Amino acid sequence: MSGGLYSMEKKDYDKTLDLTKLRPYGDTMNDGKVQVSLTLPVKDDDKGIEAAKELAKKMGLTEINVAHHEALDVNFTFYVVFGTLVHSVNYEEIHVETVTTDVMDMKETDAYIKENIKRKIVVVGASTGTDAHTVGIDAIMNMKGYAGHYGLERYEMIDAYNLGSQVENEEFVRKAIELKADVLLVSQTVTQKNVHIQNLTHLVELLEAEGIRDKVVLVCGGARISHELAKELGYDAGFGPGKYADDVASFAVNEIYNRLNNK
Amino acid sequence: MVKKPKKMLNLDVEMVEKVRNSATKIAEDTQVFIDQHTTVAVERTVARLLGIDGVDEFQVPLPNVIVDHIRRGKGLGNGIAIYIGNAILQTGLTPQQIAEQVTKGELDLTSLPMGDLFEIKMTIDKVAAQTVERIKNNRGERVSYLEKYGDKEGPYLYVIVATGNIYEDIVQAVAAAKQGADVIAVIRTTGQSLLDYVPYGATTEGFGGTYATQENFRLMRKALDEVGEELGRYIRLCNYCSGLCMPEIAAIGALERLDVMLNDALYGILFRDINMKRTMVDQYFSRVINGFAGVIINTGEDNYLTTADAYEEAHTVLASQFINEQFALKAGIPEEQMGLGHAFEMEPTMKNGFLYELAQAQMAREIFPKAPLKYMPPTKFMTGNIFKGHIQDALFNMVTIMTGQKLHLLGMMTEAIHTPLMSDRALAIENAKYIFNNMEDFGEEIEFKQGGIIQSRAKEVLENAHELILKIEKEGLFNNLEKGTFAGIKRPIDMGKGLDGVFVKDQDYYNPFISMMLEG
Repeated sequence: MSGGLYSMEKKDYDKTLDLTKLRPYGDTMNDGKVQVSLTLPVKDDDKGIEAAKELAKKMGLTEINVAHHEALDVNFTFYVVFGTLVHSVNYEEIHVETVTTDVMDMKETDAYIKENIKRKIVVVGASTGTDAHTVGIDAIMNMKGYAGHYGLERYEMIDAYNLGSQVENEEFVRKAIELKADVLLVSQTVTQKNVHIQNLTHLVELLEAEGIRDKVVLVCGGARISHELAKELGYDAGFGPGKYADDVASFAVNEIYNRLNNK
Repeated sequence: MVKKPKKMLNLDVEMVEKVRNSATKIAEDTQVFIDQHTTVAVERTVARLLGIDGVDEFQVPLPNVIVDHIRRGKGLGNGIAIYIGNAILQTGLTPQQIAEQVTKGELDLTSLPMGDLFEIKMTIDKVAAQTVERIKNNRGERVSYLEKYGDKEGPYLYVIVATGNIYEDIVQAVAAAKQGADVIAVIRTTGQSLLDYVPYGATTEGFGGTYATQENFRLMRKALDEVGEELGRYIRLCNYCSGLCMPEIAAIGALERLDVMLNDALYGILFRDINMKRTMVDQYFSRVINGFAGVIINTGEDNYLTTADAYEEAHTVLASQFINEQFALKAGIPEEQMGLGHAFEMEPTMKNGFLYELAQAQMAREIFPKAPLKYMPPTKFMTGNIFKGHIQDALFNMVTIMTGQKLHLLGMMTEAIHTPLMSDRALAIENAKYIFNNMEDFGEEIEFKQGGIIQSRAKEVLENAHELILKIEKEGLFNNLEKGTFAGIKRPIDMGKGLDGVFVKDQDYYNPFISMMLEG
């Protein structure tokens, strides 16, 4: 047995945390333990296991243990692989674009709007393009909210319009103008072949063509959206998994306030 | 096929009867409207069933060409069968040849002199009977497969494939069948439900799914028959009879021996903003076809819970199941083909949530004892934490085996991340098989505490459904859809997609298939 779960081998690496050389943590500092699962389009035999090992090696793993292999079909095999990652990253040098606004809850946001914006704000949201899924936009907008975070429809100082799914960008922009939107929320839940990127870019172009890009706070969200990606595409913010109405509303009202005061 | 449920909930049978009677009245009330109307989709379906297929040089399906042609000639209120029948009598051509001539502009069906109506009907009935016979043979073929291999006693493991490419779908479907899947659903490409035509031929491009076309159906059917032969099991094929082409998809499904079809007008109204008049009329014909073809329909109540709260809105699911049951009966669908839908969608942090799920699932079984219920896995509260997700799916699997759900759509631990990888599906099947085997007779061994949490919950949901259905009966179904009774979504009666495709039937309206299929 080589370096398995109950190995009594002496661990001769440095066990102090060094953020310039950050490595995964299994059960000991700097042990580098990771788990990977994958399927290969080959039959389930020793040669297949070796192929999985070699791929793991190329991923940067050592002390590789193919803990499980199982045929999914004659020529497809599933592998569960454990190993030690040889790589490390310098945590100190990492810079990420994030939404830095302090997050307020519903009451705080309503109070903030009353005090600083002094009128109700209009939020228009939709799942645009071909995306038929409303789970993302519903989680942010529906009265009930999601996971204990009330949705924007419940906010006293927000007029929230959820246009639902498969809303074409043109229709979305038309509604935004008609409703005099302060904030636009675009959700992209399930997409394929990166169609969500094209769709999001197209919306920005339309808003610019209509001359209203600067008049709205433009926010996108979804399973594969990060703030960094959103900024890159010309949005004011992006919210990925684990973000709720609180996060979105807090950002939006701060942004509106900041824009008012820069005038 | 479906095991008789054990009575565990002490349900008020008189109240169940009352709700059912109300649902019958609601369906009858709506049927009056349905019987007075036809739609472009219904007429295209008649065209397909009369043997019209293929596309013109612009890829427009010939059923669309011919229906648009009659519509322009202001004849749609008579139904296209009359015009095709008349053209056969006048020209001696087949329906396909007639359609081709119309496409080329060589024939104008509405300006041909109209022959004797009785003779026209005789002619068209003869053509229609051939298709009806073909569908009957398909049904017979399914029965003989099931006799040869036997059918599964427990829940059917139902999985989806969604690669966008029919040939890749086949690879995935065959692998899934070998791992133990009993039903393969080919997810449709995003947006197909809003197309007012059915695309033609084999397709290899789609977003989040694959186009439903007759050729794609045929290819997948063939692949599943072959792998079924190898495994000694009949693998059922499922697709989606919803959206603007409901009856057309039912027709091509019947022709290619599909076994299961999602088929629910309420779903289209609420979630695809399809006009309610259009889709109620479309649904009726699609269900007549599905009923005759031996197809199990799936209804879409589970979707209410992806937007509305599963605990608070549970009674809307039950009320809708009752209504769907009655609409299905009206279209000749026996209980054994009613895959009424519901889902395991309560918030995972809810205390005793599992007990409420159990109550709901058992209640549906006791109220619809012969129906192969369709039970959908958690989706709304799947997070990307695949490890937790796998456990949520395990609890869902336990409810199924304890209560005897039939069409068990397997939950994928990667739900909310991507369309399933091959391994996701394999792990889901493994999870379900483990639990179904390990707990097989658990449901037989238990009883629920008298007046306990589970019984009380079922009672409460039934009472609320009763109240709701009385309201719907009083105000009408269309009215309630306008008010947002289901899933909290409001749909105006004269809005939504497809309304311009609805026509009032003229006195001589004729559709040969309805009576032939209802007679079985």
